[in-house]
Amino acid sequence: MNEEIYKAMAQSIIDGEPEEAEKLAIQAVEQGLDPLQAINEGFVPGVDYVGNLFSCGDVFLPDLVMAGEAMKAAVSVLEPEMIKQGTERKMLGTVVIGTIEGDIHDIGKMLVGTMLSASGFKVIDLGVDVPAITLVEKAREESIHDQGVIIGISSLLTTTMVRQRDVIEALEDMGLRDSIKVMVGGAPVTRDWVEEIGADGFSEDATGAVAVAKELLKVA
Amino acid sequence: MSRNIKSIQDPQLKLDILHPDDVQRIHEATLTIIADTGVRFPSQRALDIWEKNGAQVDRDTMVVKAPAELIEEAIKLCPPAYTLAARDPEQDLPLDGNHVYLGTDGCGVQIIDLYSGELRTSRLQDVADIAAIADATEEIAFHWVPVSAQDKPAESRGLHELKAVWENSTKHVQTESVYNEAEAYAAVEMAKLIAGGSAALRSRPPLSIMQCTASPLGHDGGSLDSALIVAEAGIPVGFMTMASCLTTGPATLAGNLAVGNAEVISAAALIQLAYPGSPFFYAAAQTSSDLRTGAYTGGGPEDYLFGAATNVLADFYDIPLSMGSFATGAKEPNWQAGIDNSLSTFMAGIVMSDMLLGVGLLHGSRIWSYAQMLMDCEIYDIVNSMMKGIPVTEETLALDTIHAVGPHGHFLAQKHTRKHMRELWDPKYMDRRPYEMWLEKGDNAPDWALEKAHQLHESHQPELLDPQIGREFARIIAAVEEK
Repeated sequence: MNEEIYKAMAQSIIDGEPEEAEKLAIQAVEQGLDPLQAINEGFVPGVDYVGNLFSCGDVFLPDLVMAGEAMKAAVSVLEPEMIKQGTERKMLGTVVIGTIEGDIHDIGKMLVGTMLSASGFKVIDLGVDVPAITLVEKAREESIHDQGVIIGISSLLTTTMVRQRDVIEALEDMGLRDSIKVMVGGAPVTRDWVEEIGADGFSEDATGAVAVAKELLKVA
Repeated sequence: MSRNIKSIQDPQLKLDILHPDDVQRIHEATLTIIADTGVRFPSQRALDIWEKNGAQVDRDTMVVKAPAELIEEAIKLCPPAYTLAARDPEQDLPLDGNHVYLGTDGCGVQIIDLYSGELRTSRLQDVADIAAIADATEEIAFHWVPVSAQDKPAESRGLHELKAVWENSTKHVQTESVYNEAEAYAAVEMAKLIAGGSAALRSRPPLSIMQCTASPLGHDGGSLDSALIVAEAGIPVGFMTMASCLTTGPATLAGNLAVGNAEVISAAALIQLAYPGSPFFYAAAQTSSDLRTGAYTGGGPEDYLFGAATNVLADFYDIPLSMGSFATGAKEPNWQAGIDNSLSTFMAGIVMSDMLLGVGLLHGSRIWSYAQMLMDCEIYDIVNSMMKGIPVTEETLALDTIHAVGPHGHFLAQKHTRKHMRELWDPKYMDRRPYEMWLEKGDNAPDWALEKAHQLHESHQPELLDPQIGREFARIIAAVEEK
């Protein structure tokens, strides 16, 4: 009987239907299903399926994003239930992301966040125009109870990209550089720049960012 | 060295890309977007202007909703024609609807070194070198800042770049790299020095400024403030939308045009409400995002269609257009670069976009290539030649000559041939050699273009800028850096 609802859950992700995913999540709660099991056996297989199709080139980026949105809708219903029951979803790690101070460009960072979150990372998106110290503070807070914390910094302008370095320097000053990884992104970011500032990784697109994050936390 | 600028004029080709009814529908959709959905203006200066003029302003979200009449009335104040002036008055560029001018692309972050061929981070000297080579060409009529001077501090970088271009060329400068208040005020001061005072700056502005919108339906605060500051001084201002199908705009082309149009038109209205009648230009580089990565593509059929369609919109509003053509997504000068840059430039050129941006960059405007720069000039040259069409007159029908040669003869020794042969296009970088010669030499267009770049770099001495002005520039820049 659970098989049927799990199948429907996976399908709601594959179809990228947040309303349907939310409905099924509510249904699961009402039926007294284990919320953690609903995620892992119902929704996650849908994400994996879309992810595989994407790797094969059979679906496009919007399919992936819509699957991510559907997943988010389901998790937001099931998460409070898990907290009530004292269970917790095992995440791959935590990524604190933001577009650096002075820069308001949102979309690349948003895409990276969606992809990371759909892939099983806890994502804390601090938005745009974020001071380096705010990113570092948040990451420090997370690192108290999480071994795998990454800061992801986005910039679209060459003039704001220079502030990506500030994050790394702040981590060094606070003695956190060894425990918190840093990945950077944005149109002007090149491998040379990554090496110059000593970041741990970079990617030119959102799906690549997931691979980098997994590699950095050795959870691939 | 010639001071001639090769513009496209008196076009003989035409393209119907949007029916007038379609343009009207896009316009109405645009007004609906601005009135009902709103556009974000994150600048107190801008919000004050909107509020004063009766638009609905949300100070928290910074979203402005302006009624159709307000936008339509404001847009009418944009001057339909004006001149972009140059250090050398012979190189002034009248934006009058009958000229298409070519510029350099911007703003790259890496460069293929002119001599070592190494790919490296761009710096100030590159800006100067590229400006000098552009100065030497007939095709390039004006400059953008081609690459970012990353060896200069972020807060004054745009000014160092301006100085470098002006010191190495007598042609008009349109910067896309001044987007904060302090730099904007300083850029006005620098432009005044070139023009020779405030009044001269207004009548013959040697500088124009291009700001990017923040798609979808938003603007950047620094860009808005900079645009308002320079517009007050009479410097022409443009806003460029890069709304791209799939990511920052709808997947459909018409919807994407409407989003981009709402961004540019709302900015035009703001500038006109603040400084009625100030010179404004439409700017666009819309494209489709890649279906798999979501990345800006800088090419493909959608890109080429936007290249032509945007000028129809700009014409509808009677505003000059600075159109993104070229800017291939290719990683090196290759097949893809040739297709992208030819088709986008042909489409933007045939509709008489006033300014074409621009030559020289690869990988979606990130990597500067001198070879690509000069090959792009050749692409422009081909389009320019095609735009002359096929004149049919007694002289061009050449009946007497045809009769004189008759069946089985040849035209090589005819006076008519000698008289007209130079009207035929003569390539610089197309390989028309015998096969055996190509095999023996093993070189190709990019090699010849690079050799030409070396030659121009070593031989061309741009007309010097008055050293007193250079010293004043340095003082202005230092003042910004001290703050």
